[in-house]
Amino acid sequence: MKNEWPLWEIFIRGQHGLAHRHVGSLHAPDAEMAIKNARDVYTRRNEGVSIWVVEARHIAATAPGDKGPLFEPSESKVYRHPTFFDIPDDVGHM
Amino acid sequence: MTDQNHLLQFLLRQGDNALILSHRVSEWCGHSPILEEDIALANTALDLIGQTQMWLGYAAEVQAEGKSADDLAFLRDAWDFRNILLVELPNGDFGRTLLRQFLFDAHQSVLMGRLIKSSDDTVAAIAAKASKEVAYHVERSADTVVGLGDGTAESHERMQAALDYLWPYVGEMFTSDDTDTAMAIAGIAPEPSTLRDEFHALVTRVLTDATLTIPGGRFSHKGGRTGEMHTEHLGHLLATMQWLQRAYPGCEW
Amino acid sequence: MYAQMIKTANSGVKPREEMSDQERAFQDKIDADIKIEPRDWMPDDYRRTLIRQIGQHAHSEVVGQLPEGNWITRAPTLERKMILLAKVQDEAGHGLYLYSAAETLGESRDELVRLLHEGRMKYSSIFNYPTLNWADIGAVGWLVDGAAIVNQVALQRTSYGPYSRAMVRICKEESFHARQGYHAMMKMAFGSPAQKKMAQDALNRLWFPSIMMFGPSDSESTHSEQSMAWKIKVKSNDELRQQYIDQTVPQIEYLGLDLPDPGLKWNAERGHYDFSEPDWSELFDVIKGNGPCNTDRMNARVKAWDDGQWVRDGLMAHARKKAARQHAAE
Repeated sequence: MKNEWPLWEIFIRGQHGLAHRHVGSLHAPDAEMAIKNARDVYTRRNEGVSIWVVEARHIAATAPGDKGPLFEPSESKVYRHPTFFDIPDDVGHM
Repeated sequence: MTDQNHLLQFLLRQGDNALILSHRVSEWCGHSPILEEDIALANTALDLIGQTQMWLGYAAEVQAEGKSADDLAFLRDAWDFRNILLVELPNGDFGRTLLRQFLFDAHQSVLMGRLIKSSDDTVAAIAAKASKEVAYHVERSADTVVGLGDGTAESHERMQAALDYLWPYVGEMFTSDDTDTAMAIAGIAPEPSTLRDEFHALVTRVLTDATLTIPGGRFSHKGGRTGEMHTEHLGHLLATMQWLQRAYPGCEW
Repeated sequence: MYAQMIKTANSGVKPREEMSDQERAFQDKIDADIKIEPRDWMPDDYRRTLIRQIGQHAHSEVVGQLPEGNWITRAPTLERKMILLAKVQDEAGHGLYLYSAAETLGESRDELVRLLHEGRMKYSSIFNYPTLNWADIGAVGWLVDGAAIVNQVALQRTSYGPYSRAMVRICKEESFHARQGYHAMMKMAFGSPAQKKMAQDALNRLWFPSIMMFGPSDSESTHSEQSMAWKIKVKSNDELRQQYIDQTVPQIEYLGLDLPDPGLKWNAERGHYDFSEPDWSELFDVIKGNGPCNTDRMNARVKAWDDGQWVRDGLMAHARKKAARQHAAE
């Protein structure tokens, strides 16, 4: 039987209220050890306050070929961005 | 012995335990079974060296001879060391190292829980910082002991052999002498024997999960924390650790 | 740096007119500085070359733990011991990040380790030199990490996304390595005569090995062109070497140590330091396995891996049992 420990993807939320961010991967026999390993490997410099681990094979991802249909339609929805709207300076900060 | 002397002895026992164990754990750096464990063990060793600095720093202050934590670490002889024998034993295989770590962490976790209420503010402050580190150490070493004890036939056998080898060194953690009594009377630290039940409850739970059998004998080696008789291993450890300071005295590094 | 003399998987740069549409689109992305990501199409040779380079880089970090680890138990103060341990621990972390980057290309860490242990993959030549006195620890941080960072800063712009991101993280963490090394070196160079002697000895021994870390001159390096075109490699060996020497010579002078090479002289016309050609036959000997420590380093790594087999297997077996018990309970 192949005995390499599974690969886990590690997500860490830092101090400043930002969302969990992918920081890297590591190997661990199970989720509990993956969390501990993540603590030891990826928070050596006080980087995080919360850790998520996901076994890499459970991550579903977009295929690179789908880039066009998935993401290009949003390029034309400029009205979603605040700079689309011209507000006169007299109105003040908005 | 004066009260200050008892306090000094007590602080040396804490500091020397951390120092000698950190040395042993650091020997694994670059040689562990897998990178993740290598990194984790280095973190443990780093925490222990940090604790050494605090305990021996305070010891040097209490001693009031103008020495530093480094002087106490690098310029004392083997008979001056007050660590328990358990921590000076050679690492053996990874399983024995982790089992020793767990037995030590389990004791520390119980002890630090008491020391944070010490009547001595500095002791309480050191314990408060150390107790957070120890809480993680014991969780990690316990998980590893359970994983290896309840792993393959080989890992189980190796862990049982490690437990049989190490168990006779556990009792020393609960022995008591004048210094311990003086610390207890002053409210600085608990009598070691009062930690035994809590320690045993924790250790029994984890070793049971690990499917390991605690050896029956009641014999216990001792002589480390009193300095009466260390193992032969300590001298070699110190010869390595202290060599530069001894060979080139008075230098800044 | 730790990746040195990487053979590209093909020979020479493929001319544009010989490229397929896919290859042309791929090259266009690279030319436009768009990162290549794991699931993107890539030429087989690009993938193979990257695995070789990232793998070698990872191996170098891990083997690189050994020469410095040699002094952890002998560090002269508690603080130096902590700094050194933290640094060697970082190398393990960097090895881990890099193996992870290689894994995104479909090569497992266990497989890369196997290839290393069978002598079919290399690591940087520098780690086959011994650390003989305490000043070597300062010198390794200052010179070896100093040389590595020159290369790694450039590699942050490498074309493969996961490799580039690993480099960004590594460079961020490594910024303290060279500084702690130089700081330790200052204590030695400005210390007692015995300490100064150690510092000079370390510098003399490690200087030429450190400038050979960049690999042979580009004119003799047959594998550079395609790697440059693919932006797996970002600057030439000679450019990086010169940059390292230019930044390091003034640092040697500040320490008051003798220059380790009588040929080191400022050349106002070039705006660079001239230096003596290293003995390249020594580099080739070391790479072939005849360096002072090749055998010891490999034995130490193989022993750690083999001795750890029962631990890795034991913890995996427990995880499987635990999962089965949970499954049965549900």
